[in-house]
Amino acid sequence: MIRSSTRLLILLLLAAGCFSLAALLQPRAVRWSRSSGSESVLQLLLGDGRRLFANHFFVKADVAFHSGYYPSFLDQAQAPRETEHLAAESGRPGDAQPDASHEQELDFLGPPKDCFERFGRNFIVTKHTHLEGGREREILPWLRIAAELDPQRVETYTVAAFWLRKRLGKTKEAEEFLREGLRANPKSPQILFQLGRLYWEDHHDAAQARNFWELALRHWNEREPGKEAPDLLGYLGITLSLARLEEHEGNLQRAIDYLEMAERVSHSPALLEQQVQELKKKLPATRTSSQ
Amino acid sequence: MNAVLALSGLVIVELYRRKDVYVLFVLTVVITLLMGSVNFFDDRNIVGYLKEICLFLIWISGLVIAIGTTARQIPAELENRTIFPLLAKPVSRAQVILGKFGGCWLACGLVLSVFYLFFGLLSASREHRWPLLHYLQALGLQWEMLAIVIALVLLGSLVFTAPSSNGTICFIVVVGILLLGGHLNRVALQQLEPLRTIVYTLYFCLPHLEWFDVRNLIIYDQNLVGWGACALVTIYAATYAAFLLFAAWMVFCRKSLTS
Repeated sequence: MIRSSTRLLILLLLAAGCFSLAALLQPRAVRWSRSSGSESVLQLLLGDGRRLFANHFFVKADVAFHSGYYPSFLDQAQAPRETEHLAAESGRPGDAQPDASHEQELDFLGPPKDCFERFGRNFIVTKHTHLEGGREREILPWLRIAAELDPQRVETYTVAAFWLRKRLGKTKEAEEFLREGLRANPKSPQILFQLGRLYWEDHHDAAQARNFWELALRHWNEREPGKEAPDLLGYLGITLSLARLEEHEGNLQRAIDYLEMAERVSHSPALLEQQVQELKKKLPATRTSSQ
Repeated sequence: MNAVLALSGLVIVELYRRKDVYVLFVLTVVITLLMGSVNFFDDRNIVGYLKEICLFLIWISGLVIAIGTTARQIPAELENRTIFPLLAKPVSRAQVILGKFGGCWLACGLVLSVFYLFFGLLSASREHRWPLLHYLQALGLQWEMLAIVIALVLLGSLVFTAPSSNGTICFIVVVGILLLGGHLNRVALQQLEPLRTIVYTLYFCLPHLEWFDVRNLIIYDQNLVGWGACALVTIYAATYAAFLLFAAWMVFCRKSLTS
């Protein structure tokens, strides 16, 4: 028979043991989360398997963006191609209206095939809508978790940054998240491009934007040409942005150079050629006026 | 009727004494609050992910409690040989089945009410509103779905030898129906005959448990389900539960209690 005072002492001993262990393990846990090879405890625990979950959470962000109206894995054949939509929205600043092709893509339900399916639609979301009015914030936790699980997935950072700065006005948080992405993916042209956009569109800092875009272009030239399917759209975005910036800053010759670079990969080179010609017309006038 | 209610009361008391419910509830609360304490981009108004996680845990807990509690009811009576004094009361076998079913179902209802109360408080703390009808509808539909599950497990407990195997098989079947049940018709249309007819028949025969899952409507603040549809789905659940209970009674009547 153990006396109650002995029980109390055992309890106190266990509590002291817990406290000591916590004090011992806490600094190690911090070191685990900061170690260069593994950015977080999640990575340490899940290993490469986390990438599978990361994709799931990225899709969850898209599901949330559509308020739950989303094809199941069995409807994927008729679904929008993976998560292209959420990502595509982020690539089209100022235009988040669903286009006709997207509406068509997300009409995965079609007419009900039988009475059971017709009845079952009373209990699911059957209307295609997009989050708006600040409710876009609901996609952010899923993107944050996806980034935690797979820091090498560049798209997660660029998409989250777009919604943060364009729809929620959180430029500071967007920059922090992009810089976090850059630390995990140094030399990523996409992240550098987005950082450039942030400095150009939100901070109106042409010098910083130019630095980011030029760096993005350099890294693109180092990494992409050797690939089987280089990211031409990314190249087009960087060169066109640089061209606009240089035109805005009055460096017309450099703007022409960038437009000519963009022409090589553009689907509508004639349009860009026309812009080049217009800039060339301005060029002598600028030189004359400067003399 | 008194015998049925007395048996139901015993099941509820048993659930109250066991620790499963407390553990699941505490786990749900802890995981949800932990997720709620995470700061996502300095935005305290984000609530959707929290609702989704909490409802997911409520659904998992509901299934575990319903299946776990029901699976051991009759096997425990047989193992402890308490079934003999029970039937000698006299209580008919039908009353035993109904009592066990009623007890498990009512116990699940009580547990779900506590879980949904927590969910409502959590949502209100972030959203500052109380869509009570939505929550009641979601709770009611989940409770109706559990009636079918409990009846199925009760039948399984008379067919399978051990509660563990019954619980595992029923859990897999229920999760399978929840995930795939609504899509079987589309799968069937892609098959050749006679597989198409077989899969389509299966689609019509399986209990469509996915109809009772209106979590997305709650998470994404959609409209209430029409009351007509709710009434129909309630009749559907009642019919299925009655069918499974009747089957369980038939098996129980033929079952030798001495072996």
